[in-house]
Formats: sequence, C-alpha cells, structure tokens
Amino acid sequence: MARVVVDVMLKSEILDPQGEAVLGALPRLGVNDVKSVRIGKRVEIEFDPSVTNAEEQSQIIADQLLANPVIENFTVSVLSEDAV
Amino acid sequence: MTRQMLDTVGVAEATPDEKQPYAELGLAEDEYARIRQILGRRPTQSELAMYSIMWSEHCSYKSSRVHLRQFGEKNPKTPRLLAGIGENAGVVAIDEHLAVTFKVESHNHPSFVEPKQGAATGVGGIIRDIIAMGARPIAVMDSLRFGELSHPDTARVLPGVVEGVGHYGNCVGLPNIGGETFFDPCYQGNPLVNALSVGVLPRERLQSMQASGVGNVVILLGAKTGRDGIGGVSVLASATFSDEDDSDSRPSVQVGDPFTEKLLIEACLELFDSGLVEGIQDLGGAGLTCALSETAAAGDGGMHVDLERVPLRATGMEPHDILASESQERMLAIVAPANVEQVLARARRWGLLATAIGEVTDSGRLVIDYHGQAVVDVPPASLADEGPVYHRPIAEPNDLGLIAVDRAETLPRPSTDEEIRRTVLDMAASPNLCDKSWITEQYDSSVFGNTVLGTPHDAGMVRLDERTGVGIAIALDGNGRYARLDPYTGSQLALAEAYRNVAVTGATPIAVTDCLNFGSPEDPHVMWQFERAVTGIADGCQKLGIPVTGGNVSFYNQTGSEAIHPTPVIGVLGVIDDVSRRIPLGLGQSGDTIALIGTTGEELSGSEWAWATHRHLGGVPPKVDLDHEMKLAELLARLAGNEQLAAAHDLSEGGLAQALVEAICNAGTGANILLPEGADPFTYLFSESTGRVLIVIPRGQELAVRSACEQRGLPITPLGVVDANTDGLHLRDHFDIPRAELEAAWKGRIAAQLGE
Repeated sequence: MARVVVDVMLKSEILDPQGEAVLGALPRLGVNDVKSVRIGKRVEIEFDPSVTNAEEQSQIIADQLLANPVIENFTVSVLSEDAV
Repeated sequence: MTRQMLDTVGVAEATPDEKQPYAELGLAEDEYARIRQILGRRPTQSELAMYSIMWSEHCSYKSSRVHLRQFGEKNPKTPRLLAGIGENAGVVAIDEHLAVTFKVESHNHPSFVEPKQGAATGVGGIIRDIIAMGARPIAVMDSLRFGELSHPDTARVLPGVVEGVGHYGNCVGLPNIGGETFFDPCYQGNPLVNALSVGVLPRERLQSMQASGVGNVVILLGAKTGRDGIGGVSVLASATFSDEDDSDSRPSVQVGDPFTEKLLIEACLELFDSGLVEGIQDLGGAGLTCALSETAAAGDGGMHVDLERVPLRATGMEPHDILASESQERMLAIVAPANVEQVLARARRWGLLATAIGEVTDSGRLVIDYHGQAVVDVPPASLADEGPVYHRPIAEPNDLGLIAVDRAETLPRPSTDEEIRRTVLDMAASPNLCDKSWITEQYDSSVFGNTVLGTPHDAGMVRLDERTGVGIAIALDGNGRYARLDPYTGSQLALAEAYRNVAVTGATPIAVTDCLNFGSPEDPHVMWQFERAVTGIADGCQKLGIPVTGGNVSFYNQTGSEAIHPTPVIGVLGVIDDVSRRIPLGLGQSGDTIALIGTTGEELSGSEWAWATHRHLGGVPPKVDLDHEMKLAELLARLAGNEQLAAAHDLSEGGLAQALVEAICNAGTGANILLPEGADPFTYLFSESTGRVLIVIPRGQELAVRSACEQRGLPITPLGVVDANTDGLHLRDHFDIPRAELEAAWKGRIAAQLGE
C-alpha cells in the first residue's frame, strides 16, 4: 500500500510564534546554543492498495486542505509503494 | 547582497543617471522628480523605498487630504478633546482624571489575501495605536462586510476573518464588545474588515510621538524584524538581484503574535507610568520608515540611526527591506540617555527585545547608516508631512438621477396578513438581519470583568472605574446601500445610527471615529462619493456637537472597474456616569408598556426589505433629522438616569418588525402589539424611517415618560404590552408568530449556510 508523508512548514520568512516560544524556553533547560526553532506538521496518509496516483492525490490534499499555500510550504514524499 | 553593491548616499551622488524603478514602486514621474529636487541628487534605493511608501495613498492620504480638512474646519470645539486628528488615535476626557482613546482602522486587502492573519494583524495594529497614546487597551470591536453569504468564497473569507479577529483579541485578552456584519455582492472580492480598539488612561499619562531632546536615544521595542509585508518594495531586490529573487521570500502577508503584543502592552504601560519615555510610536503599515520619519518630523527634526543594530529574524535582508518591513508587535520609544539602561532592563523583564538603534539630533535630517555607510539622508518632514497632495477630478455619477427615480416605494408589497407574517419571518432569516451569534460567540466578550453590554445590544459598554461606575459605550455602524443612493445622506445616516445606538444604552455621545471605505480615487465618480460622504460626516458632527477624532481612509476597494458601495463606517463613543443605569435590549417585565418614539414615514428605498425580497437598490434613502436625534439622545440619557426605561432598541435595517423580533428573541416574555389606528401594517413594520426607538416603560412610569417626550416635542406612540402569557409576537387583528417559529427563522442561519 502507498504511504505518503506530507510535511507542512511555515514559509521561512513568516513569523512562527510557536517556534519562538520554544526557542525562548530553551535557556531554562540549560540549552543556550540554539539559533532558531521552526515548528511545522507532519501528516501521514495511507492509501488503498489499489491506488496508483497516490502522490498526485496527496499534492491536491496538501495544497487544498493540509497547507495554507499563502503562508506555508509543503513537501510530499512517498514512503513505500509495496503492495502488501 | 555583497557590501560593495550597497547603494549609499555617496554612490547615489556619483551615479546620478542610474535608472530607478520608481514607477514599479508606484511613484509618478513628477513625484520622482520632486524627490530628486528635495535631495539635490537621485535617491538611494533605501530612500526611494521610503518615499514610495510614505507617499503612497495609504500613508500620505494624498487624494483624501484636501477633503479631510473639513473635519478640522467644522469640528465643534470641545474641552473634552485632548488629542485629535493626526495623532495615532483621538483622546477625549471622561472626567477630571480619566481619558479615553479610540480609533477604527481598515485591514481590508490583507484580509482578502489571507483572512485569518489579515484580520488578526488588523486587530493587533489598532491596539498598538491605542498603546501609543499612553492608554491601556480595554476592548475591541469589528465591522465586517462580505460578499453574499451563499457565495463559495464567503465560506473561505468569513470563517477566516472571524477566526483571526477572535484569535488575536482572545489571546491578547481584550473583550470584543460588538460591531456589525453585513453581506452584499459588492464586497465580493473586497471584503471590509474594520477594527476598532478603545483604551483608557489617566489624563496625565497622555503620550506623544515626538522625537525631541537632542541626544535622546531611539529604542526599538518588541519583535524581531523579518520580511513580513515587504512585497511592495521587492521590485528593488529583483532589479538588483534577479538571480536570487524568489517570490516566496517576499510575502505580502504578515503573521502576528498576540502574546508578544500582550507583553508590549504591559511593558509600555510600565515605562509610561515610570516616566521613562519621552516619545512613543507604534510600527504599523509602513514599519520603521513611517515610525522614524514621523517621530523625527514631529520632534526636533533630526535623527541618526544605525540600521544594522535592528534585530533581524531573516537572513540577507537589505537596508530597504529592514526599513519597509511590516513585522508586527514593534514599538519605537524615545528615551533620555540616563534612562536607557532602565528601559532595556524593564523590557528584558517582560521578555521583549529592546535595542538602541539611534539618537535624536539637531541636524534637521534623518540620517540612516548601514554598517557605517549612509544609505538615507533626507529631511524627515519631506517624508512624513510634505507628501504630494492631489486635487483629484470629481464627477457626479451619471446614473444618480436614474437611481433616484427608481423608488422602492413602488415595488409590489405583501398585502394579506399571511403574506406580511411570512415577510417578518423571511426578513428575520435574511443574512443581514439574522442572528450573528455564530460569529460573536467566537469572541471573548467578558474578559476583564468590565463588560456591561456586548452583542447583541445596540452598543458595547464597558465600565472604566469600579468605584464611581463611570463607563463608556461605543457603536460602530455603516450602510453602504444608503451611501450608494446618496453618499451625503448615507454617511449621516450611519452617523445618526451609531449616535442613536449609543444613546439607546443611556450613554451621552461625545466623539466620533470613522473608517472610510471607497473604490479607486482615480475614478472621478468615486471621488465625488468620497467628497460628499466626508462633507456629510463633517456637517453632521458639527450639528451634533461631537468632534471627529481620527480614523482612516481605505481606497482602491474594487475589482476591475467595479467599486464597492461607498462605505463610511462610523464609530461613536459615549459616556455614562453610572453603568448600573444602562438601558438593555429586551422586553423588561410582564405588564410593562411597549412604545415607539419617532415618526414612521413610508421610507423603503435602500431598505433591507427592498434588497432581501426584490434585490432592489434605488430611490432616495430615509431622511435624516439631526435635531431630532439630539433631542432623542438627551431624552434617553435622562430617562436612563431616572431609571424610567426597562429596555430600549434602536430601529434600523428591517424596521419595527426586526426590532420586535430581536427584542423578543432576547427576552423571556412575549409582545402583545396593537398597531396605531389607520396605520398600514406593512409600512409600519418595514419602513426604515430613522430617529425611532422601541422603548419598554416599567409600570407606573408611563405618564412621566410620555410627558418627557412631549416636553421635547418627540412623538411617542404606545404599541402594546409585555406579556408573559403571549408566546412570541402577537400582532392584534393580524397574526401571531410563536417564539419557536421566530427563533427557528432568526437563529442558526450563518452556521447553516457555512455548512458548520
């Protein structure tokens, strides 16, 4: 079956308040040498074994539902297409 | 990219003939020539970026300025006005100790591109204007306009905008105390997101934006500077570094962080209270460019800045990027040298970045160095105050005569009782009149514990002082359809409605803010609408005796050649001595008398009924009588003070029928109504004649209220009684509508349409 992973990240120039908050908390853990933290999301999609255009469909899913293309980028990677 | 390519003042002098992309930056040829004349050389890239921003319509008000002067000329003089037009926000005195500052601003285009973040940063921006006056923000409101509720794009824009307004306001911890939501196809592709904030300050804490005191230090406070919103000046980058250009890295969208804003509020208030800042300015639409030039121009006239000291979030930013960046949650403070260490320490305590980036000079020039090389050397007033002023051509639209004779009063009307009953329900269910709680429930309306009235009341009301009970009420209103029919009357209708909405709560209106949303100023017809609307507001405020204290203008709200309806949105602020004497919306108690103050004429043109049932917009809007409005406001304040009213509700879109629906749906009792003898039921229920208020008089006060009305020459008509045994609306001799049926029509419409 096809397993596809979609990674969604804010575009590099867009402020990531969540990442900034983590960055700000690191010194409290004694970690002082981190320059930047950016937080995104990883989405794992499992298609029916019969599906042949999993990557194509994932592009549509990512573009129209998972990511906001105005402020986010996404990458689609097909993990395996081995039929079970 | 490399340092050798830096376009310094020296390079500009040495290469006078270098081609510059001024047209792509939106500067006209004569404007570019004037910049060269002011500087005596070609501008550097950074200077060109700054002039293009500061001389844009958005910052310079170049098309509107000649008309906006009317506000200054006609504003009534009042000792209450402590700061007015030209400041970050107007400030009015409430009593001998307290003052209030409030302002409404548009964030229309960003909210169309990216609804959530666009609306959120609109709220963030207006909050910083309030901080810059020395005030603690205490509430927000929003006036929203979208395309048709049934249009697919509205399902994208509306939930995003509402989420953004709620996200920012809720996270920063400010109650949203009201506003309006309106649907019309003219806003398809041009939604209007107008955000208002209000703050309170001890009168002596009033701040200024002056950078004065030679040697005083310029401190940048708040978030790091990134590439947010520099889409406009990206042409400079692509002109120089075409190989590196990547449209993705030039976003026009800004993302805000309300938690940083909350820290900014607290840090700034602490600095004000400790007397540590000499001047303060927020960084808004034009970022550092605007803040540096405005503070320098307002103060001693000179400033020196080392731009490389600005903390950056992104790599590879050029000087013009840093100057143009619209990164959110930043403020600029002017601090005496002796206080700098303390200011930096206090900012650190609040977890905020604070960086000394320059100092006030007496050179009369704004000089900006980048790694020791001058990239900007300009007279600051040439950016801030001496931008171009246009006298745009004005022409009355050709269709005005045709529209005026196409009267809604001639449209077919429901005649039988059953048809009128159906119309009451259909109107209650129409997008503009239906219950908006799907939207307002997403907003925190009670954080701080000072909200006295929020939605669905006619105005929002907050308590300022727990000991005295003194409070303020604010209403935000507009009606683009009336203004399309007649912009002068339309803007006065918006003013009168906001004024009346404040008065209906028992507060006394004292000041005005306005957000003027129009199409392209290059269209003479739009410019005519604008001129008429501004004149209407200025004349109206003069008459009502309340000054316009500030606001903003949003032009270019159009798709192709199709402009939105001219949409002046008016915010009116009122004061009430004791919020416990407010008048709520509703029906009071069983046995109370329901009455109508004001006169009902046959005025249906521009009405919600004409649009909702016939898709008709034509004729002449309802007449405005500001003398009447003043008497009405004075009466309502008096009756509120004497506790002689149980409830009151302004009549506006949808007329008496809609006012009754809203009162009943917000009360536990029913209304038993008998229309006056000889009244045509349809006209009486759906006419939108102004200056009318539905009141509920407690038992025993009927005579007192009647004589108070008669003393002032205000017509009062008894309509019926509040009745616990009446289920919903009983219109004697005509029809009954049970509460369940009313609520089924009025509630849940927005969610159903959005598929939620």
